Amino acid sequence: MRAADALMESLKTEGVTDIFGIPGGANLPTYDALVDAGFHHVQVRHEQGGGHAAEGYAKASGKVGVAFATSGPGATNLVTAIADAMMDSVPTVFVTGQVRTELIGTDGFQEADILGATLPFVKHSFQVTDPRQIPEYVHEAFHVASTGRPGPVLLDIPQDLSRAEIEYSPRTEPVELPGYRPMSSGNIKQVRIAAKAIANARRPILYTGGGVINGNASEELREFATSDRFPVTSTLMGLGAFPASDEQWLGMLGMHGTVTANWAMDNADLIVAIGARFDDRITGKLAEFAPSAKIIHLDIDPAEISKNVGAHIPIVGDVKLVLPELTREYRALQTDSSRLDEWWKQLRAWQQEHPLRYEPGKDGEIKPQFMIEAMHRATKGDAIVTSDVGQHQMWAAQYYGFEEPRRWINSGGLGTMGFGLPAAIGAKVARPDELVVCLAGDGSLIMTCQELATCVNEDIPVKVFLMNNGYMGMVRQWQELFWDRRYSAVQMGASPDWVKLAEAFGATGMRCERSEDLDQAMVDAIETDGPVLLDVRVAQEENCFPMIPPGQAARDMVEAPETVG
Amino acid sequence: MEAGTPQLVKLEDLHVPGQLSGRKHILSILVENKPGVLARIAGLFSRRGFNIDTLAVGPTDDPSVSRITLTLDGAVHPIDQVTKQLHKLVNVLKIRDMEPAETVAREMAMFKVSAAVENRAEIIQFAEIFRAKIVDVSKRALTIEVTGSADKIEAFERMIRPHGLIEMVRTGEIAIARGAD
Repeated sequence: MRAADALMESLKTEGVTDIFGIPGGANLPTYDALVDAGFHHVQVRHEQGGGHAAEGYAKASGKVGVAFATSGPGATNLVTAIADAMMDSVPTVFVTGQVRTELIGTDGFQEADILGATLPFVKHSFQVTDPRQIPEYVHEAFHVASTGRPGPVLLDIPQDLSRAEIEYSPRTEPVELPGYRPMSSGNIKQVRIAAKAIANARRPILYTGGGVINGNASEELREFATSDRFPVTSTLMGLGAFPASDEQWLGMLGMHGTVTANWAMDNADLIVAIGARFDDRITGKLAEFAPSAKIIHLDIDPAEISKNVGAHIPIVGDVKLVLPELTREYRALQTDSSRLDEWWKQLRAWQQEHPLRYEPGKDGEIKPQFMIEAMHRATKGDAIVTSDVGQHQMWAAQYYGFEEPRRWINSGGLGTMGFGLPAAIGAKVARPDELVVCLAGDGSLIMTCQELATCVNEDIPVKVFLMNNGYMGMVRQWQELFWDRRYSAVQMGASPDWVKLAEAFGATGMRCERSEDLDQAMVDAIETDGPVLLDVRVAQEENCFPMIPPGQAARDMVEAPETVG
Repeated sequence: MEAGTPQLVKLEDLHVPGQLSGRKHILSILVENKPGVLARIAGLFSRRGFNIDTLAVGPTDDPSVSRITLTLDGAVHPIDQVTKQLHKLVNVLKIRDMEPAETVAREMAMFKVSAAVENRAEIIQFAEIFRAKIVDVSKRALTIEVTGSADKIEAFERMIRPHGLIEMVRTGEIAIARGAD
């Protein structure tokens, strides 16, 4: 069998049904094999779009996302998506073409050392040196991408090798990689100590992260959280793992989290970190982070334990296996729940005094926060929402109120503007029966707007709700607050006309400029067939609050611009 | 603690172990003998800001496995974090943080020293004290091979430097555990 056909068969063996990509010289054999392979291939318009689509696909479904690109520029265009997948632990496999073996190292046409270029941010990578390696490498790539802490794996195949003839047989046996043995069940002794420490805590808080969603452990988290009245907060990446409507929910924590969640961390005597990694957007000033708290850190990646914040009780393991054990051990202690009364009194007081709030718009002006609330109404709080990066992303995290996991898809660690639209394409392909909304920023959407063509040509009916404030809003906010309002290269100007742009691509373009029209406009966008871009003109210089100013501690959180010191 | 109550863990009794050991560490790392493995390890060190003091790479008794021996300063780097990051590399098979008391560590160095007739005898005497070997002689220079711990090599360097050190080449330490393991 031709190696390129063996590649297709190998992908099928791994359960792949959908692929995002673009052909080119070096992966011509791959694309030739694709013709008869029977995959649903989405021909994106830029490799970065293909990469983010694969991420959106993986985040919405939990399956491994797959993207193809050719050598050289095709491969380097993938780099942002690969780095993004590494930062957010997204199970993805990227298959790149490479120049012919004899050209490698000669600076051949469209040659780039993509293996070298991506070394810092792949979970693992392979370059095929013998065509017979292809089935084995594919099998290993999917295993590495999807197990342990998930992440991106790159498979680079020189053009001549994918044309070679090989003997093919499907690889289904368990993968044996001597240097790769991810932990699964946690150390039960540690779990017991953790349960006993929690039983003794008077001001505990559960700080949960994307690991709960990656580990499909939302149910297990809910079980544990409700085994007592533990207050729950989450990172940006963990939203939806615990329902926002639950009374134990304190809202997101971190730079733009709620006052209550951040002050709870600051005052806690015990933080139970579950699938979270103490990122600087969470801790703020590290030296002043959670000064009175002991830390239980549960993570599947041992290297995250005590990387940023020292753990008093480390537990390395899969959240899905460890949380039920922790729940069982905790319940067996038959603790007195009333020890948390004082803590809850304090939390409720903070919630009362410092809720999320904004000045309503006057004279039909659309406040961005109002737009998120309208989006919640129009989607009944039940859409898969992808987002770009910036103020709109933070407002969505604050105001949408996610109830279920895998319904909030965004770029957290890398903070990649332009992520939203291609991720929405991936999510819609993965979950065609769900309403998929891309909450875009105008600064971000322009970076990957070519994928509107993909939506139209491939009939992928995503709804783009563009929060258009005419700025790169978050950068503008920082320039206003921390750089004396010296605006530098943040105005987006009058171009493009988004409605016309959508129409030029063959999508439906709509515009809404008044708050009283917004609910109906959103319903219209959702009910209109095919891809729709709704250009919502919002208040231009609204700031996203509350905020922990950069380099400061949680207790320094500010709620209005006047108080930024 | 009252009888019959579950034994709880007092929060004030919990501590985080110190991260910095304050001493030199020798890590003996077994890796798959595959292209690019050294680049992955070097890249990891540079990206995480870990500073390698010495590095030696060579084959082992198993042709599919290579050994990387590296030394780094545990006063600057949390060794635990370094080894955990290294373990994340799929090609890394085994890491041993060598216990100084349980380890034989050796390094080889070659010194080219300017050696005029009048001080040649003294240099040769130093070499003998350090059980070093003269491996090359010319009219104006001697080349001396020294094997031993890094401390010994550094001591030899201090002795020889005043005579006019032309060039020094060091291999970096390799290490093996004492005993039968």
